[in-house]
Amino acid sequence: MNRDSIDMLNDSTFVENAMVNEHDSSAHTATVRNFQSPKLRVENLDFHYGKFQALHGISMDIPEKKVTAFIGPSGCGKSTLLRIFNRIYELYPDQRSSGRVLLDGDNILSRDQDLNRLRAKVGMVFQKPTPFPMSVYDNIAFGLRLYERLSRTRMNDRVEWALKKAALWDEVKDKLHQIGTQLSGGQQQRLCIARGIAVKPEVLLFDEPASELDPISTLKIEELVSELKDDYTIVIVTHNMQQAARVSDYTALMYLGKLVEYSDTNTLFTNPGKKQTEDYITGRYG
Amino acid sequence: MNLYRRRLFINYFNLTVSTLMTVFGLFWLVWLLWTLLSNGLQWISLDVFTQITPPPGSTGGLANAIVGSLLMTAMGVAMGAPIGVLAGTYLNEFGRASFFAPVVRFVNDILLSAPSIIIGIFIYEVMVVSMGHFSGWAGAAALALIVIPVVVRTTEDMLRMVPNSLREAAAALGAPQWKIVTHIVYRAAKTGIITGIMLGVARVSGETAPLLFTALNNQFWSLSLDQPIANLPVVIFQFAMSPYDDWQHLAWAGALLITFSILCLNILARVFLRTRKPGH
Repeated sequence: MNRDSIDMLNDSTFVENAMVNEHDSSAHTATVRNFQSPKLRVENLDFHYGKFQALHGISMDIPEKKVTAFIGPSGCGKSTLLRIFNRIYELYPDQRSSGRVLLDGDNILSRDQDLNRLRAKVGMVFQKPTPFPMSVYDNIAFGLRLYERLSRTRMNDRVEWALKKAALWDEVKDKLHQIGTQLSGGQQQRLCIARGIAVKPEVLLFDEPASELDPISTLKIEELVSELKDDYTIVIVTHNMQQAARVSDYTALMYLGKLVEYSDTNTLFTNPGKKQTEDYITGRYG
Repeated sequence: MNLYRRRLFINYFNLTVSTLMTVFGLFWLVWLLWTLLSNGLQWISLDVFTQITPPPGSTGGLANAIVGSLLMTAMGVAMGAPIGVLAGTYLNEFGRASFFAPVVRFVNDILLSAPSIIIGIFIYEVMVVSMGHFSGWAGAAALALIVIPVVVRTTEDMLRMVPNSLREAAAALGAPQWKIVTHIVYRAAKTGIITGIMLGVARVSGETAPLLFTALNNQFWSLSLDQPIANLPVVIFQFAMSPYDDWQHLAWAGALLITFSILCLNILARVFLRTRKPGH
């Protein structure tokens, strides 16, 4: 398959759509496919769950210190793609990937990649809040203790820093030693974000972080994502298009394991390059 | 309307039958407990706990048997529970992809349903014969063999109830697998695992057959596990079969004692499991 992702779009299922497309797609999609020095570069990535192929030849660049959103209907492969960036899929023996994913130029899919180091650099927040069954404080200290030996006071400072960064400090500063599972859903999710930030990663992956939360908690998470992009490269998977439009700088639409369109968020939502994209964002399918 | 009536009738009928069957099942348990209470309660006295097993015709208690049972159960669980917990951990956490885990699980299930007399004879052959005499250690080893499969099973089940999302979250922080298991998964499954061990204790504390072949009995006060040691099940067995009234009375007292301690242990385990903190 051709390395060039533009060509990739035109093979197989999208040919028909491309033919009837009124807009010229190549002009603006090309502008974001290749960044000068992307944080993450995906090259010709395939992914299999057992015999089922979930991703087909994905190639894309993810820029540093921006928010990139993956959207698309259920089962399109957006979460699958995200879960490759920290190789979390390797917990399950029948899942495998091929192709290359470069983080600052290093192929993270290579065999000699140290998984724990990779995951220290690439943090992840999941759909369901997953506080550990321990105190709020220990939830954050757990990750820190994996990498650093900190004195009591330094540890306290880092826990406070992470909680402030995740906009949770004011709500939990008096219950640091309560068990983390007793917080509300939105607080739990921000605790998970704080936990991810505490170890000072470079990339943060969000896998539908607000889909189980109420509107106010969702808003807080979205605000947080916007603030965090000053320091981190953020990739967020969401099935909520408004959310993608609100928080992201770049948006990629996926469908059936393929990348349909990838451009800056504004363009993708206001002047999509492909008929299929337009159909999706106007709610005609998905 | 006719159809609705029919449905009501079937519902009523099924409800009645299942209630009756439940009552039928419970009836025997209640009868058993009642028999034990009416025959045993009158013989429970302070002497039962302070005096050692008497020769026929004189007074005594079950102190040596109670202590012997406690000792061997404690040793058996101390040996069996760690092995069981670790094996259960292997099955659910480390052996998921290997061909070895299903084999272990299958063998464990066989061990779980193996008649305890077989385990007694096995330990007799392995330990009693080679040591040349019955001993408390052999008894404890036999009990350990019975504890292991129970604990393996419950540990695996309890670990399986820990959601994968929790393991993923810990792995996503870069925690190595052994740390995920010891710091996160064990913590989440703690009450369940402890409950499993308690059920293991309940299971072995009434076992007679494996002790007959291993610890045998001892009519004297002895705390040495190197010697044959008295224990409740074997004492009950011996005393209940005897023609002496006072021995039979002690057997009733012992039976009551052992049944109610197992009952309490089971109830405790269940209460413990129910009151565990909700969460992942």
